[in-house]
Amino acid sequence: MSYLEHTVKYTPSGPRKVFYLNWPIAVLLASVAAIGFLMLYSVAGGTLQPWAEPQMKRFAAGFVLMLGIAMMPLYFWRNVALVAYLGTVALLALVAVMGEIGMGAQRWIDLGFIRLQPSELMKITLVMLLAAYYDWLPLSKVSHPLWVALPAAMILLPTLMVLGQPDLGTAILLLAGGGAMMFLAGVHWAYFAAVIAAGVGMVTTVLQSRGTDWQLLNNYQFRRIDTFLDPSADPLGAGYHITQSKIALGSGGWAGRGFMQGTQSQLNFLPEKHTDFIFTTLAEEFGFIGAISLLGLYALIIFFCVVSALSNPNRFAALLTLGIAATFFLYFAANMAMVTGLIPVVGVPLPLVSYGGSAMIVLMAGFGLVQSAHVHKPR
Amino acid sequence: MRRPSRETAQSQRRITRRGLVLGGLQLGVLGTLGFRMHYLQVKEAEQYRFLAEENRINIELIPPTRGQIFDRTGRIVARNVPAYRITMTRKDAGDVDSVLARLGALIDLAPEDIATALEELRTRRGDTPITVADRVTWDEISRVAANAPALPGVTPEVGLSRTYPLGADFTHVVGYVGPVSDYDLARIDAPDRLLLMPRFQIGKTGIEAREEDRLRGKAGTRRVEVNAAGRVMRELDRREGQPGTDLQLATDYMLQNYVQARLGEESAAAVVIDTETGDLLAIGSSPAFDPNLFVNGISSTNYNALLQNDHRPLVAKSVQGVYPPGSTFKMVVALAALESEIITPEETVRCRGYIEVADNRFHCWKRAGHGNMNLHTALRESCDVYFYELALKTGIERISAMARKLGLGQRYDIPMSGVHAGLVPTREWKRAARGADWVIGDSVNAAIGQGFVLASPLQLAVMTARIATGRRITPRLIKSIDGVEQPSGHGEPLDINENNLRAIRRGMFSVSNNNRGTAFSSRILADEFRMSGKTGTSQVRRITPAERRAGVTRNEDLPWNRRDHALFVNFAPHDLPRIAVSVVVEHGGGGSATAAPIARDITLQALYGDDPPLSAYPAKDRARISSQQEKLRDLRPPARDDRPTRA
Repeated sequence: MSYLEHTVKYTPSGPRKVFYLNWPIAVLLASVAAIGFLMLYSVAGGTLQPWAEPQMKRFAAGFVLMLGIAMMPLYFWRNVALVAYLGTVALLALVAVMGEIGMGAQRWIDLGFIRLQPSELMKITLVMLLAAYYDWLPLSKVSHPLWVALPAAMILLPTLMVLGQPDLGTAILLLAGGGAMMFLAGVHWAYFAAVIAAGVGMVTTVLQSRGTDWQLLNNYQFRRIDTFLDPSADPLGAGYHITQSKIALGSGGWAGRGFMQGTQSQLNFLPEKHTDFIFTTLAEEFGFIGAISLLGLYALIIFFCVVSALSNPNRFAALLTLGIAATFFLYFAANMAMVTGLIPVVGVPLPLVSYGGSAMIVLMAGFGLVQSAHVHKPR
Repeated sequence: MRRPSRETAQSQRRITRRGLVLGGLQLGVLGTLGFRMHYLQVKEAEQYRFLAEENRINIELIPPTRGQIFDRTGRIVARNVPAYRITMTRKDAGDVDSVLARLGALIDLAPEDIATALEELRTRRGDTPITVADRVTWDEISRVAANAPALPGVTPEVGLSRTYPLGADFTHVVGYVGPVSDYDLARIDAPDRLLLMPRFQIGKTGIEAREEDRLRGKAGTRRVEVNAAGRVMRELDRREGQPGTDLQLATDYMLQNYVQARLGEESAAAVVIDTETGDLLAIGSSPAFDPNLFVNGISSTNYNALLQNDHRPLVAKSVQGVYPPGSTFKMVVALAALESEIITPEETVRCRGYIEVADNRFHCWKRAGHGNMNLHTALRESCDVYFYELALKTGIERISAMARKLGLGQRYDIPMSGVHAGLVPTREWKRAARGADWVIGDSVNAAIGQGFVLASPLQLAVMTARIATGRRITPRLIKSIDGVEQPSGHGEPLDINENNLRAIRRGMFSVSNNNRGTAFSSRILADEFRMSGKTGTSQVRRITPAERRAGVTRNEDLPWNRRDHALFVNFAPHDLPRIAVSVVVEHGGGGSATAAPIARDITLQALYGDDPPLSAYPAKDRARISSQQEKLRDLRPPARDDRPTRA
């Protein structure tokens, strides 16, 4: 590293940081959110209430939060990663206990202005912790069994807690997100091969457990699997969601049926049309062109994250950015795969578009971290 | 962990490599998603578009308006009225119990209705409307509508329901409608989809049932857009159906009302037929019942009362009831004998009170005997022996042929339920039906309308009309269909010698105008409306020797259901007949005492078109008739039907 190179490296500070934000990502996030407002306006029958307006307010709050997080130096976030993780685990434990002591099973904590789901928050804090861990761990020890077991435990602890809520979808996303982090950090291929093999074995076991006294999933979860495999078997019962969703998607055709003209969503044939199944409304009203455009916007967000990460020499920053991007990717890919009938219905919202506070705020916080990594990149 | 992040080339290389692999994986997933969308939205779009349309578009039937039924003067006999009901949807109601409680405070709801409604609301899908109250009044509907904000999920609905403004008067003619039952559906090969609509009404008896196809009309359809809850959002298009055809009866509502009222609570039937057209001006049967009870399902208490009544109100005795015609059959025997030139009107037969045939003694009703009788006096005094002799000479085959010629023993094609063919016996019939040979005694019995002969009041009226006119009159119940006049029952000449007919008619004239006639006490004094008739008394069962020993010698001493049937047939005016009438009073005793006065009153009412002047009656009857007229006037329907003729 020559003296010259050293002097051109520059890290912005103070209000100047604003100029170094990753503006393409910010603009893409706003665009996706705007599509969300439009769809929420449409499914409400052409009114801002009850969904579009609150969603706008939340996005505004989330955007400010993102900027705030972006302004904080990156090392701060690395240093609080462990605390944040442990705090989220504590919150998960708290909701579990609250469910136990009679407030009814719930997954959220009411903060007044928002109902925070600790499981959502965990997606981000887990990525933070793993990024910090692999930043700290010497590269040579990454594939050492002991140093693999530790992050595996970090992932499994919240995953099991979320599974116990029970929230299969989020648990799988946590597992996959954590796995992606380990993969990015350079853990040996063999571990992943082993885990996948074990996973296949476990799925088989779970399916075998059905109807026995050691049944591993709830009956409704088994039914969802059945429905996925053959939605037409019970079109008005369990298969209703996916059947109606596919009809909505398919009837959109190339160009869609027009804004607020989707019969499936406007006439309430679509279930959960403002949350998990909002993508079908978009696909119905704006057709294949609309659907593929949203997919494109999401892909661009991932692309800019990857570009930002790969050009960042800071290991924590790179891992963090790629981890957040991977989590974000898992979100929308799982949702889209679900509504198009590629995977069973697991209850994953479409990030930034589905109505819902927790996911929106948490994701914007996550992108705050991405922005922070970008802003504080040595240049 | 306050320590700078690692920034080594090796770390960055590895992250880059792994990052690119992961990126590639993500790209693959994105590609899969893109292909999936392309598959669903472009390749399979048409199929899914079809499914979406199928989802949102419902084809609904528009029930046609049932054809109305009018009497010959245009008075409404059966019409459709708006029927209001109140439905409730659980999903919209929220707190079902409190909403129902509020509803119960507004309208008349029986506790058991609330219980059934609650049960249904709980068990059916939340978005299915449940009928909470049926047949509610307009007042109640407006009260519910005014309080709509306090009654979420409660909807007043309107449909059409049948109603019979004249009540019981036409019940046996027109019949009634009712909701389609499983039994109805089972009888129909390919039921119209209309019949599957809840609460759709079809004809159950009478004209309503027989003319169902005409009255029902054709359903229209409308395509509506519905939401997932099945609620109609808007109508896309509609194809109008065809309302049912209106029918006009040949019956006169005023006369029909009079007949029903005059028969009163007797178990009886009376038919008035127009001798020009065959129009059934009145076709009454009593006791009757209110057909409106059946429209929405009759209560089992009411139904059982109707079923168990020994006067059988459910039976239309005018066409379903068949009776031995008794002495009213004597015209048939006489005509058969005259036409076969076996006797002349002037030939006499000596009545000693009985004849002996094949070791059996057949009595005349007058045990002392009538002495020498010719056709005229035998008819007038209803001498049995004279007709025994005639029947023996004429033979059953000729008598049966004449009976058929005069309209007995055949089913008339009028759209009422259970129209009975009656029975005109022949040798062949007896062998086939009874497995026995015709014996001479059978002919003797047939001579006075006993034994096997059976006729309905309708057939007796037709017979009388044919005697009065010499034409083959057939009854007509439907005067016009949708304004198109139906063929009249005027009929061709019967090919019976007019002189013979005249002899019979003269005999019948004397029955009610000669002081020796059996119906002299029921004569008509108005010269222009003099009537000719014939009494009949048909035995239900002989008085047994045991009963005779126990002191029962008279009919009135027997229990009601063993007494004789009383019959009377007549036509009037004698010189230029306009109507023919038949009256049968079940177990009424004697034809001259019970049936003839009824027939006379009906005849006068029909000829005058209103209450006749008392001068038309014999002087000693006038006081009784006057009070009877007053009583029956109270039972008349209001003079004008001021409601609109179209519902």
